[in-house]
Amino acid sequence: MLDLLFWPALIGYGEAAVAYSSARFTRLATWGVRVGWLLQTALLAVQAARTDGFPWDTWAGSLNLFVWLVVGGYLFWGCRPRYRLLGLAVMPLAAVLFLVAGLGGGTEAGKDSHYGNLFLTLHVGFVLAAFAGFTLAAALAGLYLIEERRLQRRSADILRLKLPPLATLERVTSTAITISLPLLTAGLAIGLVRLFDHGEGVDALIVATILGWLVYGAFVALRPTGRTAAYMALAGFAVVIVVRIVLAGTHF
Amino acid sequence: LRLSLVGISHHVAPVELRERVALPFDRAVELARKLGDAVCLSTCNRTELYLAGERDDRALQTLEEIAGEPLGRVAYRMHDEAAAVHLFRVSAGLDSMVPGESEILGQVKAAYEGATVGPLLDRVFRQALQLGKRVRSETAIGESPASVPSAAAALAEQVFGDLAGRRVLLIGAGRIGELAAGSLSARGAAIAYVVNRSADAAAALAGRFNAEPLEWEGLASRLGEVDVVLASTSAPEFVVRAEDLPSRRRKPLFFIDIAVPRDVDPAVHELDGCYLYDIDDLEAVVAETLTGRRKEAATAERLVVEEATRFREWQASLEVVPAIASLRARAEEIRAAELAKLGNLSEEERRTIESVTAQMLNKLLHLPTVRMKEAALAADGAAYAAALRHLFGLEDKR
Repeated sequence: MLDLLFWPALIGYGEAAVAYSSARFTRLATWGVRVGWLLQTALLAVQAARTDGFPWDTWAGSLNLFVWLVVGGYLFWGCRPRYRLLGLAVMPLAAVLFLVAGLGGGTEAGKDSHYGNLFLTLHVGFVLAAFAGFTLAAALAGLYLIEERRLQRRSADILRLKLPPLATLERVTSTAITISLPLLTAGLAIGLVRLFDHGEGVDALIVATILGWLVYGAFVALRPTGRTAAYMALAGFAVVIVVRIVLAGTHF
Repeated sequence: LRLSLVGISHHVAPVELRERVALPFDRAVELARKLGDAVCLSTCNRTELYLAGERDDRALQTLEEIAGEPLGRVAYRMHDEAAAVHLFRVSAGLDSMVPGESEILGQVKAAYEGATVGPLLDRVFRQALQLGKRVRSETAIGESPASVPSAAAALAEQVFGDLAGRRVLLIGAGRIGELAAGSLSARGAAIAYVVNRSADAAAALAGRFNAEPLEWEGLASRLGEVDVVLASTSAPEFVVRAEDLPSRRRKPLFFIDIAVPRDVDPAVHELDGCYLYDIDDLEAVVAETLTGRRKEAATAERLVVEEATRFREWQASLEVVPAIASLRARAEEIRAAELAKLGNLSEEERRTIESVTAQMLNKLLHLPTVRMKEAALAADGAAYAAALRHLFGLEDKR
C-alpha cells in the first residue's frame, strides 16, 4: 500500500523536476508537483494512521515529512508557470531527498515510535515544519541573489530565462520566515519544558537551534530588505544545516 | 470552391508602395463587400485580399487601381491550401516583422468580422483565429518583449513585480520617452512627475499621463519618492548623478536611460538597490528575446502544419460529402417506398422491419462512405463522387 503511494509520488516529483527544464512542459511539471504532493500527503496520512505515536522520528522519516513541507510550501507560494526556474531549483532537490527518505525507510509504517507522547510529537513536528519553511526561505533568498546579480550584470537573457521578480522573492522569503519562526519558537519551548522537567542538560544541537532562532528573530525584528535580507535568510539556513546534518544524532 | 489570395507585404514591397495600398479599416471593409465573399486584410505591413472562387485577376486589378501602378512583379497569388497556410501563418504572427507580435491577430479578426463571407472563407478564417490563439497560449512566442519600450517595462517588472502603484519620474518629453512611459503606464505604473527643459512640453506630457510637471531644479529632490526613473533627454551631459540620490533608501530604484548621449551617470548602477539600463543594454535584451521568439516560431510552424492538414481534409470532404448525402437520401427514399408497400402489419412487426432495413442500409453504405472520404483525402474525391452519381443515378439530386 505504502509503496503504491511512494513510487507514484516520487515519479510525480521526478517528472516535475525533468519537465521544468523546458518551458514547453511547465504545465506538465505543475501537474507532477500537484499529483506528487497529494500522493505524498496520502502516504503521510497512512503512516500516521498505522503508527502508534509520531511516525517520522527517524532521520529518514523526518526527511520524508520535511520534503512534504517544502513541496507544500512551494506549491502554495511559488508554483507558477512563469517562475519555471524556481521549480527547477526546488523539485530536483525534493525528488532526490524523497528518494533518500524512501531508501532510508522513512516511508514505512507500523514500527514503534520513540516519540509516543504528545509533547515530543509536537516538539519534533513544529521544529521540522519550521525548518522546512526556513529551507524554502533560503532557496528563495538564493534565487534573489542570483536575480539581483543578473540585473546588476545586465544579463541579456534576463527576460528569456525568467526568475520571479525581486520584490516577490523578497516578500515570500520574509513571509516564510515570519510563519516559520513561531513554529520554531513553539517547538523549542516544548522541548525546553520537557528538558527542564526531566532535569537534562543542554546539548550542542539545542545551542545551535537557539542560535538559529536568534538569527531569524533578528530578521523578523529588523525587517531587512534587499541583499541584507537574503544574506540573513541564508545565515539562518546555515545554522539549520548544522542542526539537521552536522549535529544530527547528537540530540539525546 | 477555390480559395484565392492576392496581396503585397513587407516581404516583397517597399514601404512607399505599401503605404499607397494600405487602406483604413472602413475602406478595407467596403472593398471586401464590393468584391463579394471576400476579406480584405490591410495593415501597415500588408494588404491582402482573400476570396472564395478563382477571382484573383479581378482582385489584383482592384489592388493595382488603388496603387496606381502594375503590381504584377511584387504581388503574390496563392490558392487553396497554400492560401490557407499563408493566412494561418499571418494570424499566428509568423509572417510579421517581429515574430509572434499579437496585434495582427486582432487585425485578422476585425477584417473577418467586417466582411460578409460564405462557408469557405468563414471556415478558413475561424480556423486562422483559433490557431492564432492556440499559438499564443501553447508557445512562448509572444511572452517576451520585442521592443525597447516594452523591454524597459518588463525589466521594471523583474524588479518590482506588479507595477500597479509604482511611481515613475519621466525626464524629457520626447517621443521615445513617451512611448516607454506609455508602456509602463499600460502595466499599471503611475507616471508621477514629468521634468523637461521646456516647461510647456513637460506640462503637455504631464497632462496626458495625469502627472505633475516639475521644474528642472526640483528633479533631484523627487528621486527619493519614485520607483522608476525614465530618462530620454537630448542633454549633452548627465542629468542624474550618483550624488543626487538620497543616501538612505529602503526600496530599489530602477533607471531606464534611453537617451544618447546618456542622461544617467553609470556610477548610479554601482549603488546598492539601484539598477540602470541604458539603450545598449535594452537593445541587447530585445535581441535576446527575439532569438527566443524565433526558437518558439519552430513550434508554432508545427501547429500551422496541423491546421493546414485539417483544412485540407475539410476542403476535400466538400467534394464527396454532397454525393454521400445524395446516396443516403436515395437509399432512404427507396427504403421508405418499399416499406409503404407492406400490407397490414402489427405495430411491433412494422417497427422490427423498419429497424432491420435501417441497419441493412447503414451496413451497406458504411464502407462506401469511408472509402469515399479516404479517396477525397487522396485527391480522387471528385472522380469518385462523379462515379457514384453516375452509378446510382444521383445526377438529378445534386
